[in-house]
Amino acid sequence: MKNRIRDLRTERGMTQEDLAEIIGVSRQTINAIEKEKFDPSLPTAFRLARLFELKIEELFSYEQG
Amino acid sequence: MKLERNRRVKKLAIWTWSWVATMAIASFGPEFIWDNHPFLTPFAIIVNFANGILMILANRDLFNHFDELEKKIHLESLAITLGLAVVVGLTYSLLDTTNVIKQNAQISMLVMFIGITYLTSVIINTLRYR
Repeated sequence: MKNRIRDLRTERGMTQEDLAEIIGVSRQTINAIEKEKFDPSLPTAFRLARLFELKIEELFSYEQG
Repeated sequence: MKLERNRRVKKLAIWTWSWVATMAIASFGPEFIWDNHPFLTPFAIIVNFANGILMILANRDLFNHFDELEKKIHLESLAITLGLAVVVGLTYSLLDTTNVIKQNAQISMLVMFIGITYLTSVIINTLRYR
């Protein structure tokens, strides 16, 4: 699943640590989501979308492999 | 979040060390401390068992505090460890009962194997998601 989290985070001058603290996950999890190695759960995806004031489909895009 | 994590890790470390200590007392106590006393030996084993249960509960508390990626890493590692422990453990037992190996199969070998397998799996899975 593709996402725009890294771009949105850096635009806001946040570190992975800052974002992890706000969302309530570890920094490693944010890193894995940004690198698209790990797909977040629905609650985490919603928390990220709310934080960046976007719809969930504007933040994540699903590409069938 | 980090403070709570540290608190749970400390709790697990305390119960683990306490379990190891009570295991040592229950193992060596009958011979070296209380000379096979009929009450103290089963008492020491019960204390060790109760300590083990508390260690498991502390481990569950820590697991419940993991985030979704950490849970995935540990669940995958546990699945690999459980599978290998059953297969390797039974193969090891078979080698003993069929006298392919000279020495008797020791449960401590299986416990060490489980520990090393779990640690290796967690490290490999963590690296996969870096």
